[in-house]
Amino acid sequence: MFMMSYQLPEFVIERREDKCIKCRVCERQCAFEGHEYDEEFDRMFSYEDKCVGCQRCVVFCPTNALIIKPHPGDYRPNANWTREKLQDLKKQAETGGVILTGSGNDKGYRIYWDHLVLNASQVTNPSIDPLREPMELRTFLGRKPDSLQLEIDGDDVQITTELTPNVAIETPIVFTAMSYGAISYQAFKSLAMAASEFGTLFNTGEGGLPTELRKYGKNAIVQCASGRFGVDPEYLNCSAAVEIKIGQGAKPGIGGHLPGEKVSVWISETRMIPEGTDALSPAPQHDIYSIEDLSMLIYALKEATNYEKPVSVKIAAVHNAPAIASGMVRAGADIIALDGLRGGTGAAPKIIRDNVGIPIEMALASVDRRLREEGIRNKASILVAGGFRNSGDVLKAIALGADAVYIGSPALIAMGCTMCQKCYTGKCNWGICTQDPYLTKRLNPEIASQRLVNLLRGWSHEIKEMLGGMGINAIESVRGNRDHLRGVGLEDWELDVLGVKGAGEV
Amino acid sequence: MRRSRRILEPEKDMQACGLFGVMDRSGRRFDGNIAIDAMKNMKVRGNGLGGGFSVYGPYPHYKDQYAIHVMYEGGNTDAKNRVEDFLHKNFEVVNEEEVPTNSDANVINPPLVWRYFVNPEKKGEEKKISDDDYVVAKVMDINTKIDDAFVFSSGKDMAVFKGVGFPEDIAEFFMLDELYKGYIWTGHSRFPTNTPGWWGGAHPFCILDWTVVHNGEISSYGTNRRYLEMYGYYCTLFTDTEVIAYAVDLLMRRQKLPIEVVSRIFAPPMWYLIEHMDERRKQLYTTLRRVYGPLLVNGPFTFIVAHHGEMFGLTDRIRLRPITAGEKADFIFMSSEEASIRAVSPDLDRIWTPHGGEPIIGRLWEDEKKKKKEQLILEQTFR
Amino acid sequence: MVSTSGAIKDMFLGEVRKIDELFRFIKIDGELAEIDATELKHKELNDLMRECIFKGAEKFVLKNVYGHRYIGTRLNISNPKRVQIDIYGTAGNDLGAFLNGHKIVVHGNAQDGVGNTMDDGEIIIEGRAGDVVAMSMRGGKIFIRDNVGYRTAIHMKEFENKVPVLVVGGTAQDFFGEYMAGGRVILLGLNLKENEAHKAHYIGTGMHGGIIYIRGKVEDYQLGREVGVLEPEKEDWKLIEENVRRFSDCFGFNSDDILSDKFIKLIPVSRRPYGKIYAY
Repeated sequence: MFMMSYQLPEFVIERREDKCIKCRVCERQCAFEGHEYDEEFDRMFSYEDKCVGCQRCVVFCPTNALIIKPHPGDYRPNANWTREKLQDLKKQAETGGVILTGSGNDKGYRIYWDHLVLNASQVTNPSIDPLREPMELRTFLGRKPDSLQLEIDGDDVQITTELTPNVAIETPIVFTAMSYGAISYQAFKSLAMAASEFGTLFNTGEGGLPTELRKYGKNAIVQCASGRFGVDPEYLNCSAAVEIKIGQGAKPGIGGHLPGEKVSVWISETRMIPEGTDALSPAPQHDIYSIEDLSMLIYALKEATNYEKPVSVKIAAVHNAPAIASGMVRAGADIIALDGLRGGTGAAPKIIRDNVGIPIEMALASVDRRLREEGIRNKASILVAGGFRNSGDVLKAIALGADAVYIGSPALIAMGCTMCQKCYTGKCNWGICTQDPYLTKRLNPEIASQRLVNLLRGWSHEIKEMLGGMGINAIESVRGNRDHLRGVGLEDWELDVLGVKGAGEV
Repeated sequence: MRRSRRILEPEKDMQACGLFGVMDRSGRRFDGNIAIDAMKNMKVRGNGLGGGFSVYGPYPHYKDQYAIHVMYEGGNTDAKNRVEDFLHKNFEVVNEEEVPTNSDANVINPPLVWRYFVNPEKKGEEKKISDDDYVVAKVMDINTKIDDAFVFSSGKDMAVFKGVGFPEDIAEFFMLDELYKGYIWTGHSRFPTNTPGWWGGAHPFCILDWTVVHNGEISSYGTNRRYLEMYGYYCTLFTDTEVIAYAVDLLMRRQKLPIEVVSRIFAPPMWYLIEHMDERRKQLYTTLRRVYGPLLVNGPFTFIVAHHGEMFGLTDRIRLRPITAGEKADFIFMSSEEASIRAVSPDLDRIWTPHGGEPIIGRLWEDEKKKKKEQLILEQTFR
Repeated sequence: MVSTSGAIKDMFLGEVRKIDELFRFIKIDGELAEIDATELKHKELNDLMRECIFKGAEKFVLKNVYGHRYIGTRLNISNPKRVQIDIYGTAGNDLGAFLNGHKIVVHGNAQDGVGNTMDDGEIIIEGRAGDVVAMSMRGGKIFIRDNVGYRTAIHMKEFENKVPVLVVGGTAQDFFGEYMAGGRVILLGLNLKENEAHKAHYIGTGMHGGIIYIRGKVEDYQLGREVGVLEPEKEDWKLIEENVRRFSDCFGFNSDDILSDKFIKLIPVSRRPYGKIYAY
């Protein structure tokens, strides 16, 4: 039986007919079929119910004839029953399904970065000018010993402490896990190229690393997640580090289903699953049901890589993250990766994305504190992810205690993403979150990787400027240096958790 | 700057581990080496932040007295004096002595440890309650009212030995290989995810002669705890293990249910399996779930519970944590790994891994023989 | 220089001895290296085996193995010689995890995680194995004489000609073939009594690729919702026969007897078992 949809369109498509030359670019650019040329009438028609607001047609319209904006039509104003809630509910009444979404939590939870301010030197110590004087951002990720033992052997000084492997990065910014499958081959390759060029890392996510891209392995954190896609001995050994993915900020505690339409023949090869099937990532890793099992997998991976790679463990930021993190370090993790409430995703149930987990700022502050209290902070690096928007957020995170920051959405935005949140449809007009060859070829890795390198360069430079302003010329001197942070507009308990003073408190 | 903090309930202790239990069902007593060697074999399951053992039958000369074992943190003699005053006021103390320890053992900050063999001296109203309940109440008094003192073992003719270190270190510290013999030994190696350091926080957990060693994290902790509170159990240690100990005490000691039934309360079959049972069993299992739903222990767990005459092991119903059982003549073993059983008894008569939620049970042969018919039918129905 | 003792006691790496101190545990006879594992820690045993391969060992005999983990894992060396490892005792967890092409024979039982994410090679177990056997296995073969535990062959995979195979002689516990995305699993039930059903429930739950063959009784309600039951066809019988013969050779069964019985074939009913639960 036909059931009519009661949804309101989300966007208005305004076509300025005086500018439109009917070149049909908009029609070709929109995979959601929002525009159509009608030969009979010789004019362009638009379908607003199909528009996702990605702005691809607007950017590509040669005469700037298009304006896309949120649909002003709304139901009776109601603080409780918002337009979004009504729309979601109607969609479920029409389908009986779990509502999917993409990218990160867009709800109005407090963004603590916007309530933290950084310090600068005035009079009592000098600021430093990074354009002319050295300013060091190099960061080592991995376990550090408590002390170094030196032995004098003839004229030679030898380090006798056994060192565990570390990875050096030239800026404390790393591309977060985005799998080949969730994103296109072109987007994936662009991240690899940019990381390699800039001297930082990208993260393969859980979809494996296609053989021809293994030359970028030394800039790759390769993931071993619950689906174990593409995990073979060579994959593990070509990497800079291995990451066990336990959870993701956008969907703590649940697995993933890469929809069958995204599983192309190439994805099928890398993941070793039949073409067109859903790629199921189980919710847990089925060899990890407990902390000593995590330890078992950490050491299995160390065995498989001959103890030559740091092993990272990534969890979603949840209520008891500090205790979990402590256990992870004791279980042998060299890097703790925390992904917060605002972390992005290619696809997640909206109810989970918007309601589960805690903000990364709180998780980071409490984990860093716990590990310091237990005297084990140097046993692992902390990588944080989930909602970093600019270099200011990055530096604030480092001052709170992070070693480096994972960025996902900023990298996608640099490549063209406009946060339309339709990643799960596989129809990304920007060629990023899709496997449709017609769409993916829109993204040229040579150009996209340059956009990414530019982003890293700009942010790194800004971090240097801010460090210089504080009178600090090495990033390690601001790491965990909460004296350089002050809170604005925060409650006492929030300041306590963050471990920072309020602005004006000395 | 210090700000006043709201008082929050302490964080729940989370941990995972290696477990082992061995019993000679003929009741013959043997030394601690089997349990120690088995735990040593599973060293990688712990991380050196806690280890412990329980032994049943170590004090044949004081079989009828409650053996109260007390830790004094930092060797606090004031605490010791207060505890001893308290004990002498409420009990007849038949013997008291320092628990012998080996100062060469590789352990961290050991407390001063004493034990007292006591008979209850109930007065007035107290005479109405059982000896067991009297002892529980007095132990709770010491543990909540006297700082730096902690009663960690309180049953008759049994003892718990535990602390911070690998189990082998704890065994060395208390010299378990030489000084004690028992017919049941359980062992535990701890892998906590929270702050290390407190000897009392190690396993086994003990109430009267019931001991629990446990591996896993109980996701239903909050539900189970609040249900038990209605029956007067207050979880003060905030560990999953404490919840299990109290639940076992409630169901087995107070409500007299056998483990065959209790295991179906903790780890009931899925509804879909119940639907495929015959009508009588379907009704029994459905009722059990309806009544005892709040004691369903959800999330990954394995535990081994012991008390005089009986030891049993159980996992959660979808077997998220391991257990393996072995038999060799009168001996029954249960462990997180087969290898640790093989390490101490290479030629087993039988080795098996039960389905999730199916208990492994070891009982004294003589107790089995004495069982009433009703008891056997009950056990059989829920087996 | 003063060294502060770390706050962490390391149960894996603590007190691990240097390789030079370990050679006394080996007897070398040409290409055969015999190692007594009694006093060796997990990492020490694997260190030794790796070293032996570099020195030309092609066959290992490991005596007194009691729970040593990751045997075979560290032997994934580029261009390795394929070696055979004979294990006496009880192999520890993650036996042959990430294995790439060696052959392991366990003369005894194995524990959890046999062949975890195994890439290639052969594992033969003359006994039983624990939980999550062949998890995410990508290639190679595993033969187990007796029973297996929970979640066997979970998320096994395949691509084109790389198709892993697991044969289990006994029965299995719950969630057998959960999430299977590929591979061939044969469950023989040789130790079941007359008319006794297999122990596993939720067989093939979430299965979306690969094939399970089962000999012996299985009730309908023991099967996951995502599987369909078929009769094996000619191609299937070819595969069953080939692997049952190999299984029988390994453990001394009569393959004709086994093959004369009825098998059922389980395949996923949908390649997208969860395609309909979402609202787009």
